[in-house]
Amino acid sequence: MSLQFVVDGLLTGSMIGLGAIGVTLTYSILRFSNFAHGDFMAWGTYATLAVVSAIGAMVGKVAPIGPLSFGWPLIVALAVGMAFTALLALLLDKVLFARLRSQGQAIIVVMASFGASMALRSLLEFTFTSRPTYFSRAIQIAMPVGFGIRITPDQIALLLLTAVLVLAVHLLMTRTQTGRSMQALSQNAALARIVGIDVASVVRVTWVIGGALACVAGVMIGILVQIRPFMGFDMLLPMFAAAILGGIGSIPGAVLGGLIIGLAEAGAVQLIGAEWRAAVSFIILMAVLFVRPIGLFGVRER
Amino acid sequence: MDLLGYGAFFLTTALIFSLVTLGLNLQWGLTGLFNVGLAGFVAIGAYTSALLTTPDDAARLGGFGLPILVGWLGAMVVGGIAAALTGMATLRLRSDYLAITTFGVAVVVQLVALNAQKLTGGPFGIGFIPRPFGGLAETPLLFNLSNLAVVSVVTLVAYLALEHLSRSPWGRVLKALREDERAAISLGKSARFYRVQAFAVGGAIMALAGALQAHFTGFIAPDNYLPILTFQVWVMLIVGGSGSNLGAVIGSILVWAIWAGSGTLTSILFPPEQQARAAALQIAAIGVMLCVILLIRPNGLFGDRPRRPRFSKRAKIAAGESSSGS
Repeated sequence: MSLQFVVDGLLTGSMIGLGAIGVTLTYSILRFSNFAHGDFMAWGTYATLAVVSAIGAMVGKVAPIGPLSFGWPLIVALAVGMAFTALLALLLDKVLFARLRSQGQAIIVVMASFGASMALRSLLEFTFTSRPTYFSRAIQIAMPVGFGIRITPDQIALLLLTAVLVLAVHLLMTRTQTGRSMQALSQNAALARIVGIDVASVVRVTWVIGGALACVAGVMIGILVQIRPFMGFDMLLPMFAAAILGGIGSIPGAVLGGLIIGLAEAGAVQLIGAEWRAAVSFIILMAVLFVRPIGLFGVRER
Repeated sequence: MDLLGYGAFFLTTALIFSLVTLGLNLQWGLTGLFNVGLAGFVAIGAYTSALLTTPDDAARLGGFGLPILVGWLGAMVVGGIAAALTGMATLRLRSDYLAITTFGVAVVVQLVALNAQKLTGGPFGIGFIPRPFGGLAETPLLFNLSNLAVVSVVTLVAYLALEHLSRSPWGRVLKALREDERAAISLGKSARFYRVQAFAVGGAIMALAGALQAHFTGFIAPDNYLPILTFQVWVMLIVGGSGSNLGAVIGSILVWAIWAGSGTLTSILFPPEQQARAAALQIAAIGVMLCVILLIRPNGLFGDRPRRPRFSKRAKIAAGESSSGS
């Protein structure tokens, strides 16, 4: 068995992990599993794609940076896309989730997110059709790095980006007042309110972080695989599995869970075959639920 | 005559949907268990019954040529066991975990249906599933009407049984658990045990509906059991009003009428190359409809979900929180 699966697994794992951060934050702070999270990914990716083509139309062809397959337009577009996805999440919260949350039935919110997911995805399919598209059709030469592993410059760049983002979110959660407020709210909502934490602003920050990271994960999929309206929905099960494996509410847990699932998927593709890939996260999910339902870094429910 | 035949065909499909919705109503409406993978359970029923009743086929496992009734029974047993296992794994945990797990079940069932060629025929599905009154296929009207009769009888039996169940002591325990779990447990009722039972029975009913559908069309393929099916049934239950069996049946017929009607409309209004896009818009519209109903009329047409005092207090606190926030 070639060691190539390590690189593939780390990449898939980064995508899953970045998405799972949003899932785990919504789950621990807003207390519902958001089935529309995958579609935030897809919307963010299509928004980024739209901005890339808009820039392309305005300034013409831009040379890619060094050995990478993309130039500065993609980086600018990614920033715009992240802002767009964050706004989309905030908007959806305002018109839908916040109102249902105030009715006090958590599971109704889950169902609404399921309906919203269907609507969002179908709107993408309506606007862009279900045909896959790409950021770039250029083929990159993978460089050998020893042990039979090959890696492309894009892949290195995206792995570095993931590491930077995860570190940033981790520092935000542990070193800033906002982050501590978020942790307080997830651990004990009533007490957090009593000590004067601004719940509304914590909720906003949660959506902004979740939405922006979902967009990055989506764009990673777009660069390395392809862009489809279903790209986010297909990531939903791995993201949930990663969030639960890592322990709900834990950012390092979500990322580690994502990497474990990514590596397991890549290993399964080599050993069993690509068609069974999607079953891997289900098996891991079931194993976690039976053996250790609070996950690797989870805390017991209060 | 054509219209009558189409009417019978339409009603048959709608009633099969309402059978699934009845199963979901037992799980969600009565017990408060959230199943987002019901397409998986419907598929399990359809494939089980198809495997048991089709004539022997060299290309795949089985084809046992058993009578149709055995197929239906087998579908209910396998569907019930699958649901019971899912329930046992997750019902001691938070309700969201059940949602995520059922979602996973649907994904895995879809994978098996697509990839386990030996068992399910893969993407090409299974054909030649025996149809009740298959001998009448020469006269489509008679055939459609007799199918409608069969499906109506099965739905009616399921409906009456569920009505009876929900009034029985068993049903009252489920309602008690839904309304106030702590009080019910303090009376010595095992929450998990009752919930697993309700989830299993609901799963068996869904599987039966899948089997009925398979024998009605005579052909099944993985594409019949995509997440869109789950979504349709949920809309049916929410429109009808969760908690009410009558609501489940009427909601199914109503939503299926809207669905089929808007489908016909788009096929008339849009040129063939735009059909796929129009279908996507149709799904988006129904998704928005679900959210709107949840917002303005969460009880649907016939829902009996009472506002509980325990929740209204909490709701006030939460409402205060969100109004100060926005």
